[in-house]
Parts: sequence; structure tokens; C-alpha cells
Amino acid sequence: MNNAITSNTLRFIVLILVQVLVLNNIHFLGYINPYLYILFIILYPIKNNRSLFIFLSFLLGLTIDMFSDSGGVHAAACVSIAFVRPAALKFTFGAMYDHQTVKFATAEFVSNLTYISILTVIHHVILFLLEVFNTSEIILILKKALFSSIFTIILCILTIIIFGKRK
Amino acid sequence: MQRIINFIIRNQSFLLFLLLFSVSVFFTIQSHSYHKSKFINSANFLSGGIYNSSNSISQYFGLKKENDILLEENNRLKSILFNSESNKASASTIDSISFDSKYRFTSASVIKNSYASSTNMLLIDKGVKDGLKEDFGVITSKGIVGIIEDLSGSYANVISILNTNSSINAQLKTTEHFGTLKWDTKSPQFVQLTDVQKIAPVKIGDTIITGGRSTIFPKGIPIGQVTDFKLDIAEDFYNIEVKLFNDMTNIGHVYVIENIDNEEIMNLLKNDE
Repeated sequence: MNNAITSNTLRFIVLILVQVLVLNNIHFLGYINPYLYILFIILYPIKNNRSLFIFLSFLLGLTIDMFSDSGGVHAAACVSIAFVRPAALKFTFGAMYDHQTVKFATAEFVSNLTYISILTVIHHVILFLLEVFNTSEIILILKKALFSSIFTIILCILTIIIFGKRK
Repeated sequence: MQRIINFIIRNQSFLLFLLLFSVSVFFTIQSHSYHKSKFINSANFLSGGIYNSSNSISQYFGLKKENDILLEENNRLKSILFNSESNKASASTIDSISFDSKYRFTSASVIKNSYASSTNMLLIDKGVKDGLKEDFGVITSKGIVGIIEDLSGSYANVISILNTNSSINAQLKTTEHFGTLKWDTKSPQFVQLTDVQKIAPVKIGDTIITGGRSTIFPKGIPIGQVTDFKLDIAEDFYNIEVKLFNDMTNIGHVYVIENIDNEEIMNLLKNDE
């Protein structure tokens, strides 16, 4: 139990630092940035106190907002995916989730990919919807969400593959 | 009562989600309205400190370029200085502390810069302790950068001209026709000058400078060059595409302008109302 708290705290801090110091400065093709920090929400233990989890996600988003001066857009997006995460888990892992035996490191690649993609796309659509805050720019929002999602998903999978085996 | 409590307990995660979501949407809406101090901004001890230490490392990589820019500016200033001396050598009394200058300059370095979102902000390493206040203008040696919005002890948040909330008074260099400088989020190199009267003689290649109609910037600070212009839908005003002199994606050192007469002007305007 203690181990889980330590590793999640560490992941929280490291992901925020990596996000604000490195990834926020990528600007691939001018506007595409990966948002790797949602990996914290993706990899949070399945057996959890749901309220605490939602609150932690809010805190994560708010910290990113503080660093990038974006009001509350990251917080809103993070809270939303924290809230829909159980549904996404149920959809992708089915019975395994019901028995609380999901392990991301050993799960099938395809179901992992679906699970990450669902959360990432929801996160990015809410993020850019609130960031641009103008429905007449819907094409811009979808374009940004799509390309950033692809970037984020690739980076998340790579991170899980590289750092996942040790644990 | 029992039922209400039961309902809350049963739906606690949904209610928590709703609460936190509305809090963040509130923050978002607040950040979209110009000129309201935000609760959540990067001009604080934690994020300011982290950006400052990361900047002090990355600064070394740009030293050569920074030197070139300083050298260039020195040259320009020297040429102004010597030219004015030779012109009116007898008339001017050389005084290092002049009391009648209207603007005070403070140099600062940018420790965080963004240009990819639609509401871009910069963070500079000077704050209240250095005498800065809200609404001071920020420029570089090449052109304008933005206006200070939030401050803490030793950091200040600058609302960049690449921000949909920013609107700055600007005019043509050759005539006095003025308009409002906006940004359409398309490219960090171009801003748009809107509401310029139809009779203004706009040409491609004209220089756009700040107008003296606000108390923030002195008149005549260069902004950019006209690359394209067309009439708006009502055919009354020009929309002018302006290419910035500043490379907003690469800003190191900036100057903060304080208008010493600002308070006096504001008081006067208040009396008028």
C-alpha cells in the first residue's frame, strides 16, 4: 500500500515537471503538443477511493493550469476523464475489470490502446473546447484535438513500454 | 433529511465531479475576460521559482544571439546619441538624471513564453518589489510584446499581443489613422489591425507603430509591417494584416515601460465622468 502511495506521488511530481518544462515547449508544426501528464490518471490504481481520485485529478489539472496560465481548462478536462474512467475501463476490459484484476503491464496491447485512446480523446476535446472557447472555431478545435491526441497516445504507449516493465 | 443525506452519499463522486468541474469552468471563464486578476496564474512562488531555475540554465544556450541583439541596440542608441549631440550641442544641457521624462524603463528577462495557445502569456522575473504595477507595457528593442496583467512579489504575468483578449491601440506611421490591434490565433508572426478608417492611405510595406492614445505605451514604438489589407464586410473599415518585427517565439530580454503620468491622466479622466 505504501509502495503505491510513494510511486503515485512520485509519478504526479515527475509528470508535471516533464510536462511544463519539456513537453509544453514542443509546439510540433506550430500547435501540436503532447499532454503526457494524463498518464497519472490512466495508470492510477484500479482499486481506489473514487472521490479522492477525482480530487487528485483536479489537483493535477490545476497545477498544470497554474504553470501554463490557462485558467482552469486542464483541471476541467482532468476531472472529466477521472469521472468517466470506470466506464472506459469497463468498456475495454469487460469482465477483467469486474473482477478487479486489470494489470496494465500485462494486459493485451489492443485493449490497452483502446483504453488510453478513449481517455485521451475525451481529455483533448474538452481541453481545446474550453481553451479556444468559441464554437465558431469548431474545426480548429477538432484539428488540434485530433493531432494532439495522436501525439499523446503514441507518447503514452512508449512511456508505458519503456518504464512499465520494471514495476 | 435522511433521504437527502443518502442521496448525497450515494452520488458523492458525481457531485464532487460536478463541483470541481464547475470550479474549473469558472476559472476558465475568468481567464477569458480581460483584466480580472486570476486566482490561478504562474506568477507565484512555486511555478515562478521552477521556471526561473530552468531558465537560468537554458539562458546559456542563447548568450551569443543575445549579445548580438544588445550590440545592435547599442549601435542604434549610440547613433541617436551622437547625432542629437552634434545637432544641438549648445542647446542641450547634458543631465544624467532628468526629472521631466515621462516614461521609466525597467529591464527584465522572460522566463516563460508561450505562443501556441489562443491566450498566450509570458512570465518575467520582475514584480512588485521592482516597482512594477498592473497595466505597464512590455517591449523589446524591436517592438512591443504585451501588457502586465498579474503580479506577485518578484514575478509578473504579461498578456502577450498573441492573445485573443488583448487589444492595443496602433496607428500608421505616416498618418495618424489608428485602429485596434487584435490576434486571430492563426500564426505567431502576424497580428491584425482592425477598425482603420476606409480613407486611410494604407500601402503594403507601411510600418505600424503604437498610437499615443493609451497611457500604456508611448507613441511610436514599432510593431510591424503591413503585408496585406482588405475592407471588412460592411466596407467601412480596413482589416490590415501586420507582420511583427518581433519574433514572438524567441524573446529573451524585455523592457517594462512605466508611464509616470498615468495616475494623473487616470484621475483627470475619472473627473470627467
